[in-house]
Amino acid sequence: MQRVELDPQAIKEQKPYLDWGLTEEEYDRFTSKLGRLPNYTEIGLASGMWSEHCAYKYSKPVLKTFWTKNDRVLMGPGEGAGVIDIGEGKAVVFKAESHNHPSAVEPYEGAATGVGGIIRDIFSIGAEPIALLDSLSFGELDDPHVRHLVDEVVAGIGGYGNSIGIPTVGGETNFDPTYARNPLVNAMCVGVMNKDQIQRGRAAGVGNAIIYVGAKTGRDGINGASFASSEFADDKQADRAAVQVGDPFMEKLLTDACLEVTRQHRDALVGMQDMGAAGLISSSVEMADKAGAGMALDLDLIPQREPGMIPFEIMLSESQERMLLCVRAGSEQEIIDVFTKYGLDAVVCGHVIDELRYKLYHKGDLVCDVPVSLLASDAPIYHQQGEKPARLEHPVAPAMPEITDVQSTWLAMLGQSTIADKSSLYRRYDAQVKTNTVVLPGSDAGVVRIRGTHKALAMTTDSNGRYLYLNPQRGGAMVVAEAARNLVASGAEPIGITDCLNYGDPTQPTHFYELAESAKGITSACKQLNTPVISGNVSLYNETNGAAIHPTPMIGMVGLIDDLATVTTSGFKNAGDVIFLVGETGDDFNGTELQKMLQGQIAGELFPLDLRAEKANQDAVLGAIRSGLVSAAHDLSIGGFAVALTEMALQGNLGADVTLNLTNAQLFAETQGRFLLTVPADKAAEFSAQVGALAQEIGRVTSGDQLHVQTASDAFAIDLTAARATYEEAIPCHMK
Amino acid sequence: MKAAVISFPGSNCDQDLAWAFQEIAGIDTDIVSASETTLAGYDIVGVPGGFSYGDYLRSGAIASFSPIMPALKAHAENGGLVIGICNGFQILCEAGLLPGALQWNKSLSFICAPEELAVVNTDTPFSNAYEPEQTITLPIAHGEGNYYADPDTLAKLEANQQVVFRYRDNPNGSLNDIAGLTNAAGNVLGMMPHPERAVEALLGGTDGLGVFESLKQEVLANAAR
Repeated sequence: MQRVELDPQAIKEQKPYLDWGLTEEEYDRFTSKLGRLPNYTEIGLASGMWSEHCAYKYSKPVLKTFWTKNDRVLMGPGEGAGVIDIGEGKAVVFKAESHNHPSAVEPYEGAATGVGGIIRDIFSIGAEPIALLDSLSFGELDDPHVRHLVDEVVAGIGGYGNSIGIPTVGGETNFDPTYARNPLVNAMCVGVMNKDQIQRGRAAGVGNAIIYVGAKTGRDGINGASFASSEFADDKQADRAAVQVGDPFMEKLLTDACLEVTRQHRDALVGMQDMGAAGLISSSVEMADKAGAGMALDLDLIPQREPGMIPFEIMLSESQERMLLCVRAGSEQEIIDVFTKYGLDAVVCGHVIDELRYKLYHKGDLVCDVPVSLLASDAPIYHQQGEKPARLEHPVAPAMPEITDVQSTWLAMLGQSTIADKSSLYRRYDAQVKTNTVVLPGSDAGVVRIRGTHKALAMTTDSNGRYLYLNPQRGGAMVVAEAARNLVASGAEPIGITDCLNYGDPTQPTHFYELAESAKGITSACKQLNTPVISGNVSLYNETNGAAIHPTPMIGMVGLIDDLATVTTSGFKNAGDVIFLVGETGDDFNGTELQKMLQGQIAGELFPLDLRAEKANQDAVLGAIRSGLVSAAHDLSIGGFAVALTEMALQGNLGADVTLNLTNAQLFAETQGRFLLTVPADKAAEFSAQVGALAQEIGRVTSGDQLHVQTASDAFAIDLTAARATYEEAIPCHMK
Repeated sequence: MKAAVISFPGSNCDQDLAWAFQEIAGIDTDIVSASETTLAGYDIVGVPGGFSYGDYLRSGAIASFSPIMPALKAHAENGGLVIGICNGFQILCEAGLLPGALQWNKSLSFICAPEELAVVNTDTPFSNAYEPEQTITLPIAHGEGNYYADPDTLAKLEANQQVVFRYRDNPNGSLNDIAGLTNAAGNVLGMMPHPERAVEALLGGTDGLGVFESLKQEVLANAAR
C-alpha cells in the first residue's frame, strides 16, 4: 500500500487520523497545543503515542491506584520492567505483556513477537532473562478456528523461546466461549541481575548520541499500537500488515550484545529502551521525556529494509529486534564496536538537543517539530465514569448443582479442557535450556534456581475471567490470591506481581466499571499478601462485533525461595504419608467449572473471599514447608478438591484413601484459601501442633491405583487408570 | 585435560555444556567462538545445542561452513574426541563428520520431554561408564531429531556397532530408534538427547553423568598409554 502524505489542510478536511484511532477532539487538542496544523508525520506520531497502548489514556487513572511500593521494590512501573531486591546483591526483574490482537490475526507471529517483545523489556533493564511464562485463553476446542489458533500460538511461543534459549517454565491455558474470536496471549519474562546495575530508558545530556541497534526497519507492524487499541469486526478486513514478524536468532544476538554493554560499558551508556509498541517514536520520545530533554533524529540514517519509506512508516514501524541507546558523546565507537562484533547494525541516528523539542529530519527537510511532552506525558487522560452492568445485579439465583453420579462427574471434570492435562501443549516448549529449572511445568509453579546462591525463584501466571464476570472486584482479588497459593505451595514467599489487564472497550461505561472494580480487588489482595505491582500492561478493546470478553486480568507473580532444600512439588511422594486439607469448604459453585459443566452457563453472585483467612492459611502452609514437614503441596483451584487430589495422585503414581465431612457437590466447590498437603507419618504430630485447626487430617497416601473417597453421604472409588486416560487424552483428542 | 565448547551465533546450550564439563566433571573448559580457526591443545571438543545461525535454511547447515570447521575436522581426523549434542549432532551430520541426517520429528512439532534410552554400545569413549543395555533417562528438546540414513549406510553403521543410544519408546521417528551414534572410527559422537541437562539431582536426574565420566576416563587412559 502506498501512503499519500496529505498536506496539513487536507488532513484537517479529510480526517485520515480517524482511521488511526484519533478522535476529532484529540486532533483539535493536538493542533491547539502545537499552535498550527500538524503535518502528516506529526499527526501520525500522535495517533501512535496517544493510543491506549502507549498513553494509557483511559487506564492511567485506574493504574495509579495500584499499590506499587514496599521495602523490597527497587523500581516500580514506568520503565521496561519492574525490579525487586532478592538479597545477596541480586534483583529479580519481571514483566508481562499482551499480544492478543496480533495473535488473533496471525497467531504464530503474534505469539512469537509477544515473547520477543517481553524479553527485550527485561534485558533493557540490564537483566539476564532466565525464564518465560505464558497465559493463554481460547474459545472451546470443538471450534476448528480455535484449534488452529491454539496450534499456531503454541508453535509461535515455542518457535521464539526455544530458539533464543530461554526456558518456558510455566503458564496456563484456559478455554471459554468468550475468547472464541479474541484469544488472549499474554507472555511474561523473568530476569535476574546485580541490583547495582539497573538501567533506565533515559536520553539525557545535550550532545549525547542516540544509537539505533538491531534489525532494520521495514513496513511491518505499522501503527500496531493503534491496531491493538481498536476492536475487531467482521466488516473490517483483518489487518495482517499490522502484525510484525519475529527473528529469534537476531534477538539472541541483540540480547547478548546489550547485556555486554550494560555490564562492561556502563560509563558509556546513558540509557536504553526497547522499540516495542509504536516502535522508534515511542522509544525515542519516551527516553527524552523521562529525562526532561529534547531530541533530534535524522531518519536517513535509520537502517531500512526497503526503499521509499516515508517518515510516518519509519517512525511507526513495529519491526522487531530493535533497541535505542543513548550514549555519551565521544563513546559512540566503543558501543558500536560491541554490536559490530555480534554482526548487528548500530548507527548514530541523532542527538540529545538543548531545547525541549522533538525534531525529525528526512532528506534534508524538518518533517516533525513538536514539544517532546506533547507526544508523551501530555497525552490526554480521560476520567471515564463507570456504570455497573445489569448482569451484576444477579436477579436470579441459579440452582445448586445436583450430582447424581459422583464418580462420572469426577471423571467428566478431569476431561474439561481448562482442567485437563496441558502437557501436549507445553512439551513443545523447551523448559530446561540454561539448566536451572528445578520444577518443570505441570506443578503449581515453575521454579528456577539462581546460580551462585542457595535461592530459587518460583513463578506463575493466573487468570479467571469467569469469577470476574460475576464480580469484578472480588474476582480480581481471587486471581491474586490464587497466584500466591501456587507459589506458597511450591515453598516460595510471594514478593510481587506484574499484570496484563485484558478488557473490552473502555469508552463503554460498563467495561470501564469492570476495569476499575477489578483494580480495587487486585489492590486489596496485593496489600494483604504483600505483593506490590511492579510492572504490567493493558489490553483494552478485546471485542468482536461489539461483544467484549469476560474481564480477564492476568496476574504474573514471582516468589522467593531462600533455601533450595524447601522446594515443594504437588505429586504424592510416599505411600503412608498423611493427607491434610487446609481451609474450610463451602457451597461455593457460582462461576466454577462445575457450574459451567452441569448448567452450561456462569451465573449468580460469586462466592466470598476472606483475604485475612487466605493470608493466614498461606502463612501456615509456607511455615510448615519451611520447617521441612511437608512432602507434597497443591493449591485447590478450578475443579476444587476432586481435581487437586487426582492431580497429586497422577503426578506421584500413588493412590489415596480419604474421608471428608463434605457433600458430594462440595468436592468440586472452588472455595478460596485451600491447600492439600501431605506430611510424612512421623512428622504428622509436629505438623498438627504447628498448623493447628487450620489443617484437617483427611487420610493417607496409598500404593494402590485407586482413590477411595468417603463423603458425608457416600463411599466410592476413582480408578486412577481411567482418571489418567481422561485427564491426559482430553486435549490431544480435541486437537486431532 | 582440556575441553572446548564451540559457540556458534545462535548456540544456546554452550554455557550448559561448558558448565557440565567444568563444574560437574571438573575438566578445564573453554568456550571457543566459531569464528576461531584452531582447536589445538584440546582433548575433547563439544558441539552444543541451540539454533546456530537461527537454523535458517536447514538445521546445522550454515554452521557447518563456520571458520572453526576445518579445525574441527582436523581434530576429528587426528583421533580427537568430538561430542555433538542436539544442534551439535545436526551440525556434525551436515559437516559430513557423521553419516545420515536429522529430519523433522514425525509429529512435525518440537518435543521437550524426558526419554528412556538403552545404552547399546558401552565400548565407546562416550559410554564406557554405563552398563551394557542400561536404561537411562535423558531429556530431549528438538524439532528435528528424526534420524535418517539410506539403507546401505544404516546397515553399515549397525554392522560396525556405531549406534550407542537407542530410544526405548521412539519419540520422533528415528530409523532403528537411533538416539546417538559414532563415526566409523568411534571418536566422534552425535546424540539428540541432552546429557548435560541430566547431571544434577536438583534438576531432576543424573543419568547424563556417565557420558562425562566416560570421556574423562578415556582421556586419562589415553594419557597413560
